[in-house]
Amino acid sequence: MIRKIFALSLAAVLALTPVQAFGKTVSITNVSYDPTREMFEQYNRIFQEHWKEKTGEDVEITQSHGGSGKQALEVANGLDADVVTLALEYDIESIENAGLIKAGWIDNFDNDSSPYTSTIVFLVKKGNPKKIQDWDDLTRDGVGVVTPNPKTSGGARWNYMAAWAYADKKYNGDETQMKDFIRKLYQNVVVLDSGARGATTSFVENEQGDVLVAWENEAYLSMRDYPDEYEIVTPSVSILAQPTVAVVDEVVDYRDTREVATEYLNYLYSDEAQEIEAENYFRPTNEEILKKHSDVFDLSVDLVTISEYGGWDKVQKKHFADGGIFDEIYER
Amino acid sequence: MKKRNKPVIPGFGLSMGITISILSLVVLIPLASLVIYTAKLSFKDFIETITRARVLASFYTSFVAAFAAAVINGIMGTILAWVLVKYEFPGKRLMDGMIELPFALPTAVAGIALTSLTSDTGLVGSFFAGFGIKIAYTRIGITVAMIFVGIPFVVRSVQPVLEKMDNSCSEAAGVLGAKKSTIFWKVIFPELKPAIFAGTGLAFGRCLGEYGSIVFIAGNKPYYTEITPLIIMSELQEFDYSSATAIALVMLAVSFFILFLNNVIQQRNARILKGGNA
Amino acid sequence: MDNNVTTSEKITKWLLIGISVLFLAVMLLLPLLTVITEALRSGWKVYAAAVTDEYTIKALLLTVKATLFAVIFNTIFGIFAAWALTKFQFRGKKLLTTLIDLPVTISPVIAGLIFLLVFGRQSPVYFFLLKFGIKVVFSVPGIIIATVFVTFPFISRELIPVLEAEGTDEEEAAALMGAGGWTIFWKITFPHIKWALLYGIVLCTARAMGEFGAVSVLSGHLRGKTNTLPLHVEILFNEFQYVPAFAVSSLLVIMAIIILVIRSVIEYKGKKEA
Repeated sequence: MIRKIFALSLAAVLALTPVQAFGKTVSITNVSYDPTREMFEQYNRIFQEHWKEKTGEDVEITQSHGGSGKQALEVANGLDADVVTLALEYDIESIENAGLIKAGWIDNFDNDSSPYTSTIVFLVKKGNPKKIQDWDDLTRDGVGVVTPNPKTSGGARWNYMAAWAYADKKYNGDETQMKDFIRKLYQNVVVLDSGARGATTSFVENEQGDVLVAWENEAYLSMRDYPDEYEIVTPSVSILAQPTVAVVDEVVDYRDTREVATEYLNYLYSDEAQEIEAENYFRPTNEEILKKHSDVFDLSVDLVTISEYGGWDKVQKKHFADGGIFDEIYER
Repeated sequence: MKKRNKPVIPGFGLSMGITISILSLVVLIPLASLVIYTAKLSFKDFIETITRARVLASFYTSFVAAFAAAVINGIMGTILAWVLVKYEFPGKRLMDGMIELPFALPTAVAGIALTSLTSDTGLVGSFFAGFGIKIAYTRIGITVAMIFVGIPFVVRSVQPVLEKMDNSCSEAAGVLGAKKSTIFWKVIFPELKPAIFAGTGLAFGRCLGEYGSIVFIAGNKPYYTEITPLIIMSELQEFDYSSATAIALVMLAVSFFILFLNNVIQQRNARILKGGNA
Repeated sequence: MDNNVTTSEKITKWLLIGISVLFLAVMLLLPLLTVITEALRSGWKVYAAAVTDEYTIKALLLTVKATLFAVIFNTIFGIFAAWALTKFQFRGKKLLTTLIDLPVTISPVIAGLIFLLVFGRQSPVYFFLLKFGIKVVFSVPGIIIATVFVTFPFISRELIPVLEAEGTDEEEAAALMGAGGWTIFWKITFPHIKWALLYGIVLCTARAMGEFGAVSVLSGHLRGKTNTLPLHVEILFNEFQYVPAFAVSSLLVIMAIIILVIRSVIEYKGKKEA
């Protein structure tokens, strides 16, 4: 019996020993955030062809998806990512601060290293029974809002900042009034989920609240699952959500994959890739391709960029750090 | 090691050595890292971090819900174990087999399933909504999720003791004319008590720390349904390791204290049972 | 017991059974049924596709590996710890018992965090181990360590109460008659604890299979490499693949049922022999 147990444990240990096969294949890991899986699945296929054509090498791509902030935390703690494709610049900055990415990475690729963008929209029940048209309607009494917690979800910081941008325009930058506006909005929040997906479930599956504040691409994914039950309302002002990409210097230097990793991100800007991004409801940065899909994307929305608020570092400290405005509006 | 005078039974050195070394590797050293990281805060900062209004509110929510869930699990677990050991009825085997299922289900899945059941449009939730009781997205919902994750602990710690328990004692008492309820409270319950406490204590600890299922059912409203593990998670997202470890340390200290108290009670009970020589 | 059944006893019996059945039905069966119905919501084809997906199978294998390891490790530890704690008197016993129990009560989030702090890039241990090509976090060893941690006390916990109730008389007698440690254990102690051990192993297996929080922190979610089944479920769910997520969860339910059936069979046979 004892011998059996030891044999079994030995077998288990042996099974754990990693077996690495080296061939002509080069392999890279792309650490991304949640709702990009389908997009990267399609993209990886065209990139594999592209790389084979260009160099004759096969490339194997391992994907990792999770909450953006959590993914950043893991890369900073030693998750071997050759490239990161996350929801916001701030998350990549935190990897930079941990010493894995060299400063100035934001200029390594076009458009502040963001090959595709998105924005924040509203998902409401079909027929829009509560007549929700713009951010103002979200602060009305009796309107239940569902949005994730910006403290735990990097993506949800864009939701919050979109509302902030609207309040900024409405009150001409009077911060007291802006805070009041945001406070009212978050008082209407019936469920503050920890992530975007949880918020969608609360709204779509469990029918909580009247409006879901969500990324445009995620709202379209819900629409695809329930085509006749929901509709998308684009507010007058929203934020230009810029998912950001970067090569992780420490990892590519150690694994000698800089070339393929850089090309992997570069190719995201190619026409073929931009089409795939648009098909997956991300707004392509290529203007022409974006216009081609104007039946999906409402191009009339006034999109404010985060740099108007001094970039993520500043926004993070002011709004989301402990004791920031987001904490303040919940104080009693 | 066999030369020790007191214990007659051999194997003290070996079993103790293995126990201590594995315990250190798996539990003690990793936990020490919590202390080390927390020590990066000054004492004043530490106090400030753990007494922020929102953190305090989350402690309250977590402890109250976990306590309620543990008590319910303690009572229901004892009843379940009793039913499973003492009675014969159709479907018993099936019932016995189900007990561990909550463990195997990933907590996130459990959370999603429970939420859809108990939200006011769900099967169970709509029933209670009729009485004006909301379950999902309230503290009741948190308690429900905690009960779910804690079910097996009490059942499985009481069951073996009940099974091993000698019937002769209670039968003798029965022959002597004691009432059934008296037999239970005076003869059986005292013997079960350590196991019940042990199970309930573990269930409490497990409930307190539960994260995966609760984030779905809680609604996570600050000051109301925000649990402490969620706060730790959000500190981590901000790369604020020292705040995260500080709050984690408080939870750890409480868990430790409760378990320790529990073990003290148990061993005292065990001594009483064995007439002071166990 | 059943010889002298009185009416009040009967009432108590069925009342207690009723309460138990109701409790289990609402708290346990309903959530499980929800999982199954959601899994089959889009029909068998979608279900079959989800559970036979390449990544699902890889995740399944990793889950089995981690579970197996945790069970073996914790069984060995559990037996030694239970022996040490119940057969001898020493100072600090309560402290030791408490420390063994501690992992269960630690939030999975914290459990993941502590291993991240010890083995992650923040820590010198990371670079030290890297020199030998060993990576703990975000690879399979990390997942196994996390699984061992969260199930750490499960087996010792089951054994201790039984051994405690048993006392030490029999073992002492055997030792005085000159029996060695292993003989005492196999001939005297083991028969007493075998059912508790079985419970413990089943509990440990179930918990190890379903562990999510701590593993989630340490895995890195590398598709096909460090994804366990619960993590795969989470990922599918977060990718808006609601039905496949539940389909994969139902796999875990089925695995649990298989294990529980095996246990029942062993138990039934064993008790019939006795």
